[in-house]
Amino acid sequence: MKRIALLGMPNTGKSTLFNRMTGGAARVGNWPGITVELLSGKILLGADMVEIIDLPGIYDLHGFSDDEQVVRHFLHDNVPDLALVILNTTQIERQMSLLLQLKQLNMNLVVLLNMADEAKKFGISVDTAKMSALLEMPIFLLSAKYGSGYTEALQAITKALRYPTPGMAEQLRSQLEIDEHIETEMARVLKHSVQVPAQMSDNLTEKLDRAMLHPWLGLPIFFAVMYLLFQGIFFFGQPLQTGVATFFTWLREAMLVPLLGGAPQIVQGLLLDGIYNGVGTVAAFIPIIILFFLFMALVEDSGYLSRAAFLMDALMARLGLDGRGFVMMLMGFGCNVPALMGTRVMRSRAMRLLTMLVIPFSLCSARLQVFVFIAAALFSPKAAPVVLFTLYLFSFAAAILTALIFKHRFKNNEPFVLELPPYRFPTLRQMVLRGWLEVRHFLRRATKFIVAGVVLVWLLTHLPQSAAPASADTLAGMIGGALHPIFAPLGINEQLTIALIFGFVAKEIVIGALAVIYGLSGDSLSSAIGQQLDWVQAYSFMLFTLLYTPCLATIATLQNESKQLKFTALSLGWSLALAWLASFAFYQAARALGY
Amino acid sequence: MPSITLATLQPGDIATIVSIHAEEALHQRLLALGFRSGKQIELVRRAAFSGPLQIRVGTTDVMLRHNEASKIKVCKGVAGT
Repeated sequence: MKRIALLGMPNTGKSTLFNRMTGGAARVGNWPGITVELLSGKILLGADMVEIIDLPGIYDLHGFSDDEQVVRHFLHDNVPDLALVILNTTQIERQMSLLLQLKQLNMNLVVLLNMADEAKKFGISVDTAKMSALLEMPIFLLSAKYGSGYTEALQAITKALRYPTPGMAEQLRSQLEIDEHIETEMARVLKHSVQVPAQMSDNLTEKLDRAMLHPWLGLPIFFAVMYLLFQGIFFFGQPLQTGVATFFTWLREAMLVPLLGGAPQIVQGLLLDGIYNGVGTVAAFIPIIILFFLFMALVEDSGYLSRAAFLMDALMARLGLDGRGFVMMLMGFGCNVPALMGTRVMRSRAMRLLTMLVIPFSLCSARLQVFVFIAAALFSPKAAPVVLFTLYLFSFAAAILTALIFKHRFKNNEPFVLELPPYRFPTLRQMVLRGWLEVRHFLRRATKFIVAGVVLVWLLTHLPQSAAPASADTLAGMIGGALHPIFAPLGINEQLTIALIFGFVAKEIVIGALAVIYGLSGDSLSSAIGQQLDWVQAYSFMLFTLLYTPCLATIATLQNESKQLKFTALSLGWSLALAWLASFAFYQAARALGY
Repeated sequence: MPSITLATLQPGDIATIVSIHAEEALHQRLLALGFRSGKQIELVRRAAFSGPLQIRVGTTDVMLRHNEASKIKVCKGVAGT
């Protein structure tokens, strides 16, 4: 099968074109010579199936950034039959350099001048016929977003694929070092084929930025936008999540329970409470992930995300992060999983890993459920909101502390220069496609892991069969007993330790687990807990719950996105250590003070 | 006119790049974004709390931190005047 590689600088609409070509039927895969995964899709061109690979956006073929190395290694080990070079027409003056570098590699090239609609608006005119003649390669104007010029480009691509694939000679590589030639060549081509107005300004962007990046108003506007985004995701997400849960319960009661009625207790339990609930856990994430990326596409493609980076940079630079990391951290307060996936916009691996280390400390909505329940059981209606607020403070403090401790280990060594693209309206198609691709990615990667985890916890809390579920006689109870010396100094008793084991799977099930462990539910459960614990023990338990591993889905995502077992283990180990230390310090200090 | 660094410009200032004294990786990135000696740039705004700078070079707006901006020598005004 012939291969087409998409190449271009960042912010050229490369991914938009990729999505248009593949129609969302893309998958991630591994390639020889590189360690990161790339998106690729197979489509029918002419009479043949061809594979299209979306390479990361790069500024320079000889650069040192992670992405630039990936592209070099990819081209070295997988010479494509055709390289489709996408340039942003509004920035053609400087983007031509990448094209000329690629031309020297002697590959089969077709050039697409994207964002033709925007260029026209700015009064930039390109004589593609003349440019084609000067550069001796096919060149087309198009708008990947709206589709104009797309058909002609596809025809040219089909035609170009008929040429034999030139092999890349080794001596070409050394030739790549000579860049002076490129500068003069660039000036020659631009002079003859491109006209750019002397003063270029995008009035709309200019006006919007005057408000959005205002020295005093910028930050309040930013927080208002974040608040709306957050509320939006949960306004639409909560009913959808409830809907999914209701559907799963209904399916269970109406179909599966009668169907499995004859099976032995243990088989029923394993299938229904283990595997089926695991699948249900995975499904509960689907609406949130889709919505998150619908909104994320809006923020990112509109150009606002880089404005957020601009506004928050003064603070985040001190933490070794950037402003985009702050946006992801805030989104983590909804759900850590999509926030972790969203860090992919950060192209520096070190900075991305540091952000991923910080996000799991964001107090997500699942943890909030636990805290609301416990706070209501132990504290007066007046004190409960204050308790919740202090937990949010602890959440921020843990994130900042983590960044400060690990910023030298994950030191960003890529130049930090971020483009501020003009504001654009993303199309609905772009947004929906993004949500769909991300959710498929999550399902493919995390399902097995999460289901396995849920089954394991079920087995631990139900074996041996003779013991009452989740009691001290089960495996989980024994583990709880064995861990008691570790948790006793935190004021966390054995029942709560078992609940923490459940909480490892998902915080949503902690209250349900407590109900099983105590054999009580609702008000009677909360009064039983209220009688058994004092506020110091309860707060210590909440602190531990806040800081230790959020859930299996988060671990699965950490592993998927980092592709590094060592990193996942570090995140896991650090959060457990921090949780223990914080709870220990709190509990012992409170007791020492006589509470 | 004496050359100063990009980091000392005020919002609205227009200047011409004299030279870039950055390590190789940063230098290459700046080149790719259109920063070259002789090129005219504008400091559009500075973020609050001594945050980053917004700089317009050609048709591109970029944000630079102080540290990076101080590696670019400029002289105020349009080239040749």
